[in-house]
Amino acid sequence: MYVAVKGGERAIRNAHALLADRRRGNRDTPEVTTAQIDEQLALAVDRVMSEGSLYDRGIAALAIKQARGDLIEAIFLVRAYRTTLPRFGFAEPIDTAAMTLSRRVSATYKDLPGGQVLGPTFDYSHRLIDFGLETEDAPAPTAPTATAASGAQGPSPRVTDLIARDDLIERELAPKPGAPVSDITRDALAFPAARDARLQNLARADEGFLLGLAYSTQRGYGRTHPFVGEIRFGEAAVEMFIDDLGFAVSIGDIALTECQMVNQFTDGDGRPARFTRGYGLAFGQSERKAMSMALVDRALRADEFGEEHKGPAQDEEFVLSHSDNVQATGFVEHLKLPHYVDFQAELALLRQLRRDGGAVAEAAE
Amino acid sequence: MSAALLVAGGICKRYGAIQACRDISFEIEEGEALAIVGESGSGKTTLLNLIAGLTAPDAGEVRYRLRDGAVRDLSSLSEAERRALMRTDWGFVHQDAARGLRMNVSAGGNIGERLMALGDRHYGRIRAAAARWLERVEIPADRLDDAPWTYSGGMRQRLQIARNLVTSPRLVFMDEPTGGLDVSVQARLLDLIRGLIAEMGLAVVLVTHDLAVARLLSNRILVMKGGEVIESGLTDRVLDDPQTPYAQLLVSSVLAV
Amino acid sequence: MTTRAYNFAYLDEQTKRMIRRAILKAIAIPGYQVPFASREMPMPYGWGTGGVQVTASILGPDDVLKVIDQGADDTTNAVSIRAFFVRTAGVRTTTDTSEATIIQTRHRVPETPLSEGQILVYQVPIPEPLRYLEPRETETRTMHALGEYGVMHVKLYEDISRHGHIATTYAYPARVAGRYIMDPSPIPKFDNPKLDDCPALQLFGAGREKRIYAIPPHTRVVPLDFEDHPFERTKFDSACALCGATDSYLDEVVTDDAGGRLFVCSDTDYCEKRQAAKRKDAAE
Repeated sequence: MYVAVKGGERAIRNAHALLADRRRGNRDTPEVTTAQIDEQLALAVDRVMSEGSLYDRGIAALAIKQARGDLIEAIFLVRAYRTTLPRFGFAEPIDTAAMTLSRRVSATYKDLPGGQVLGPTFDYSHRLIDFGLETEDAPAPTAPTATAASGAQGPSPRVTDLIARDDLIERELAPKPGAPVSDITRDALAFPAARDARLQNLARADEGFLLGLAYSTQRGYGRTHPFVGEIRFGEAAVEMFIDDLGFAVSIGDIALTECQMVNQFTDGDGRPARFTRGYGLAFGQSERKAMSMALVDRALRADEFGEEHKGPAQDEEFVLSHSDNVQATGFVEHLKLPHYVDFQAELALLRQLRRDGGAVAEAAE
Repeated sequence: MSAALLVAGGICKRYGAIQACRDISFEIEEGEALAIVGESGSGKTTLLNLIAGLTAPDAGEVRYRLRDGAVRDLSSLSEAERRALMRTDWGFVHQDAARGLRMNVSAGGNIGERLMALGDRHYGRIRAAAARWLERVEIPADRLDDAPWTYSGGMRQRLQIARNLVTSPRLVFMDEPTGGLDVSVQARLLDLIRGLIAEMGLAVVLVTHDLAVARLLSNRILVMKGGEVIESGLTDRVLDDPQTPYAQLLVSSVLAV
Repeated sequence: MTTRAYNFAYLDEQTKRMIRRAILKAIAIPGYQVPFASREMPMPYGWGTGGVQVTASILGPDDVLKVIDQGADDTTNAVSIRAFFVRTAGVRTTTDTSEATIIQTRHRVPETPLSEGQILVYQVPIPEPLRYLEPRETETRTMHALGEYGVMHVKLYEDISRHGHIATTYAYPARVAGRYIMDPSPIPKFDNPKLDDCPALQLFGAGREKRIYAIPPHTRVVPLDFEDHPFERTKFDSACALCGATDSYLDEVVTDDAGGRLFVCSDTDYCEKRQAAKRKDAAE
């Protein structure tokens, strides 16, 4: 006698318990601390902060621990947490020209004021697995001396400002003071998207998705002739205007990576030819993300410059609708949910079509 | 004398430094076929898009007389009105049939779409109407349920024509309707179009670089170069006895076969 | 990290207000998809966040909540969502359709007819009925504004020319109050007639797509069809193996790997009530 299946609640409870057990893993292995994650898996923390849209290393590290290292799961945790936080207001635009630089490179000039500062980068390392890292008892690396690391930083004007001085690159116009800023976490994104909404969407977009799209533009699916005008990584102050005081105060420093791409020049509407731009910004040291974002930002401006659409990176609705990995994974993974009612409906139709097809064949005989 | 169906006055359009259309004016009457000819870059396609309301002119206006007699400036039409016009009173035959068809929808669905958009809700009647049109454009009846991606180039154009004519439009725009087709296929298609124009009393604005097509299908002709109308008049007169040097050059350049 | 106290039903009051404004607008324009700023919820997009946000915005401490998925109260996602509201709102929950004031559902409409004062909240994955015919939002928005729905009938025409029948078996599009065409969420077409002239308020929440729409009580909801191929409800060849019902939607259960199968009511509450009634009759 068939008995309807029950016990969903118990199954879920057991699944959670199993998950907690697996998260901890072998009890003889020391439990990972959030401090270890924050310090030694810092780039994972940077990514979770960027795509979680929340600058809090502790929360991001905790989310990574809770998510067992699944970064998109961690990003989801951070986003859900962010939703519950009270909002005090908007900060002043960050002045990246005033960043304390750990790293600053430009592909467009051999040398420039402030110099090319390599900073901590994998760029010229040889990708040979270092078996010395396998144990924890290797001697700790000596910290580089102050002059070599942070450097007495001379003035380091933004490369784009340098090119703009000769009016050879389009200017990013500051919005009017007091002009409303879009907030995609508050208002549904509408198409065509305003530039600020578009950049917000790209800033929290999945790194892999943007990377693939950026790569496609370099291979001809919407080429924009990019040059890295500048990548800068360092700390910048976040300032907030306090009404009671009548002036802005710094509420802390955050680590940022900024990428300015210098792209194909264009003329139009009787104006002389100028280089165009793409912009990327991410929390922490996230160059791949900032660069991909800048390439896709420029590609999405195709209509602005009357460029022919050659690839999906230029399609605003396509890119911005599918860039959010929390949404994407939710919908992809929702296919695991029961769909048997709808499947039953399809089965019924299919069986009926077979019967009808059979009836027609019989009638023909 | 019948009132004009469409009147274009002082149409101008520029793209950056290029003046695609320079102060162009003409009229089309009901049942009249006008050919706009010129070489590539003459501005003829831009002009077609302007008078079909697909782009807006920088200066000048296009006025159209609706079925109820009212004359409207195209730029004053709302999006809803423009789309309704496109679905009922107008047709647009693209050079590339894929642009004017739903390639993955059956021929019946393609032809029936306008009827369904206008509220037709009887599958059998829609299908019958589509089948009649298939016959009229000389596509075999057993292709009714096939999608146009399975059709040859010539058949796709015929289907595109059927899809446009099913609501008996008064004005049809055609952009190089026989472009890219084999010569023999072209000939049959031109014959079909000529017959339909006569049967249905269609007004047609036809863009082509092919003077033979213009000769066969049109009553009047505009010769364009560099965004300007160089010469205009009755097709036969202009092609037999061109007055301007450029028109003479164009006519004499056509290989006589 | 200290544990935080959450607001009643998790969402803050500002957010609830925003969502209720969207709901009111949706009720004022039946079938029209109102954009709203969907919040990140603690469950994934695609798993009912739209329905959860709608429920959270209308839930009060005196409400009685029922949550079903595929018609059953005990499927894992329904269990999870019910537990979420117990945790964050402490409301009374029930499996009894007639006892509930709010019913959140995925993919089914309860068999027990609803009454005035009840609210049915549907979880919607893709709110746009035109989406698979036209992927661009800019274009579908215009089509709804202009009432340009010809392309929907083209799809139905294609089905008939290919299969002899309209091939849509769930998420069957319907015209609401004679104006907007809507996707009723992936309910089987068997359930479509229940939407028409329903005494309860029906709300539809799509979290990931960020749309809310509504059918006010006693509104005409008419499934699309052709005059000569009218809308047909699915019929089952068998009755429910547990309660004998012949008028409810049945799930197919595979009982062995020799092709054995039987059919049982998808609506577990309906089935259990009928079984209880049968037992009572048998006992008397």
